[in-house]
Amino acid sequence: MSDSNIIPKWLSVGVIPLINLFLAFCVSGLFIFFIGENPFRAISVMIKGAFYYPGAIGYTLYYTTNFIFTGLAVALAFHARLFNIGGEGQAYVGGLGVGLVCLIFDQHFVGFLVTILAILGSVVFGAIWGIIPGYLQAKRGSHIVITTIMFNFIAAALMVYLLVNVIIEPGQMSPETRDFASGVGLAQIHILAKYVGLDMAMSPLNLSFIAALTVSVGFWFLVWRTKFGYEVRSLGHSETAAVYAGIKVSSTIIIVMAISGGLAGLVAINELLGVHNKLLLGFTAGYGFTGIAVALMGRNHPFGIFLASLLFGALYQGGTELDFEFSSITREMVLLIQGLIILFSGALAYMLNPLVERAYLKYYGNYSNA
Amino acid sequence: MLESFQLIISLLDSTIRIATPLIFCAMAGIFSERSGIIDIGLEGKMLLSAFVAATATFLTGSPILGLFAAIFASCSASLIHGFACITNKGDQVISGLAINILASGLTITLGIALFSRGGQTPPLTSEQRFMPIEFSFLDQMSIVPFLGDLFVEVIAGHNILVYLSVLAVFFTYYVIFKTRFGLRLRAVGEKPEAVDTAGISVIKMRYQSILIAGMLCGLAGAYLSIAHGAGFGREMSAGKGYIALAAMIFGKWNPIPSLFACLLFGFLEALGVRLEGVELMWIGEVPVQVMQALPYVLTVVLLAGFIGKARAPGAIGVPYSKEG
Repeated sequence: MSDSNIIPKWLSVGVIPLINLFLAFCVSGLFIFFIGENPFRAISVMIKGAFYYPGAIGYTLYYTTNFIFTGLAVALAFHARLFNIGGEGQAYVGGLGVGLVCLIFDQHFVGFLVTILAILGSVVFGAIWGIIPGYLQAKRGSHIVITTIMFNFIAAALMVYLLVNVIIEPGQMSPETRDFASGVGLAQIHILAKYVGLDMAMSPLNLSFIAALTVSVGFWFLVWRTKFGYEVRSLGHSETAAVYAGIKVSSTIIIVMAISGGLAGLVAINELLGVHNKLLLGFTAGYGFTGIAVALMGRNHPFGIFLASLLFGALYQGGTELDFEFSSITREMVLLIQGLIILFSGALAYMLNPLVERAYLKYYGNYSNA
Repeated sequence: MLESFQLIISLLDSTIRIATPLIFCAMAGIFSERSGIIDIGLEGKMLLSAFVAATATFLTGSPILGLFAAIFASCSASLIHGFACITNKGDQVISGLAINILASGLTITLGIALFSRGGQTPPLTSEQRFMPIEFSFLDQMSIVPFLGDLFVEVIAGHNILVYLSVLAVFFTYYVIFKTRFGLRLRAVGEKPEAVDTAGISVIKMRYQSILIAGMLCGLAGAYLSIAHGAGFGREMSAGKGYIALAAMIFGKWNPIPSLFACLLFGFLEALGVRLEGVELMWIGEVPVQVMQALPYVLTVVLLAGFIGKARAPGAIGVPYSKEG
């Protein structure tokens, strides 16, 4: 993938992605129109659902948190030109890390310590699920796209097995563990707000959001301000050049996949430590796949990823509102919009470049030649 | 003895039923990937065409029309894929992923809007489906011990699409290895510059390949909803497209080995279902999830070069530009 070198950066980074997004929304709108609903009403319902009702913003930011983690996971791999489709599986296995730590230690240690260990558990387990495909790519030449897809399915089978047969709470039917002990977990923001006298509507938004923002800053520092980040980006630009520059390609690939998996694993702290307070089946709910759309839209930069995560958070939260307001469109509409965004912002990202180049040269070309 | 023989017979029977959509999709994958286009979108094309097949059949009453509608829908998805990654040189993995997610959203949304049944299509009657073909002369075969049973239970009594899937394998083999078109198709996937130099359009070759892939995925989708099943259900393809992708890689992008990989993966699934809750000697109960994960584990192991070496076509995933 390459950007045009004719048009300036503000056009290629700022304007073209917005046009692509606009196109995706236009097609979605046409679709809603064809099934006989008013697209503008749908948009207003979604915006109200995402921002207006009490607690809506909290819900939106809670989804945003997940997308920041998975978006960063995909983006880091992209910087090394690796396509990590395995965010879903890495987040799922990260949940296993959280679950195991809590189930083993929560009766013995104080909640604060267990929470810290559980966060580490999510990172380590997610990282392991990233390291294996990374190793297979680096040392055995297996294509990372295929291995990470396979690892998503293997993770799903593993988690079903463990939750149904091994770590299920004895004596109950649904496949989930017992609740973690009461001191364990990340506090929800509306409860914290009460301590400082603020009255916020209830929502699942918790400290993971702060963690996600912190991690985003760390991501920026790692990629653009460290030697390792430089090596990762060199590898992404040209593997041959990286080899000549003395960069150890295979160990860089493995470390990138470890960090990427660890980032995806952090979804588990938001979901399990922040909200559910236990390990349960299917808690990743497609967040790993949405991370791909987020990274593409955010152009692999943490700030862009934050904006894209916010957009998807609003879409997810606003989408649930569709169920209540319409009879013929539901929250699955969001899946359609997501697919269109991946198509226009990802696969067709450079479709408009020639057009914009021509337009740009027409208006600014003479000026710069003079 | 007789009982275990019956068990094997019924296992093989369900193996074939499970493997049929995998076979269609694996052949589709071979056409696409041999020409240099990664096809992650098998899953989405199958899901979309399953929905369209059931919808068109329900509306027209004719499974034949349903089948053609399914092929049309799947080919349209192929064309979107082509427009993104052949014409606009977009990333093939991203485009395939977009098609999968689009298909998920589109089928559920359209299903709810059209039928208000939570994403399902109304059930189809047996006249609206491809039903098992009865060969009357075969009943006499069952007099022959063992072989007769094998024939009547395993080979006979399937719907037309099952037999078509076997034909598709030979068709794929013949086209790819025995025709001029196939030679060019393989060349486009290995060294597109060479084909271009010979005055053949790389773009056109690749579009033709993915359209054939689209047709085959359409057959797979139609099998799910109007032959094997009687109507469409949400997320009906349930990862089969990815298993087919794995089978194609397991078969090293060759039709006949891929057929056996599909049958192997189908057999594992059939066995997994059969073994649920059964205590085996020495091993104990084999969890059904082990059987579900096995195709993926085997593919990973194969790709890692621990059992033979799977080599992808040389130019796979690289958009072709004349300037180089």
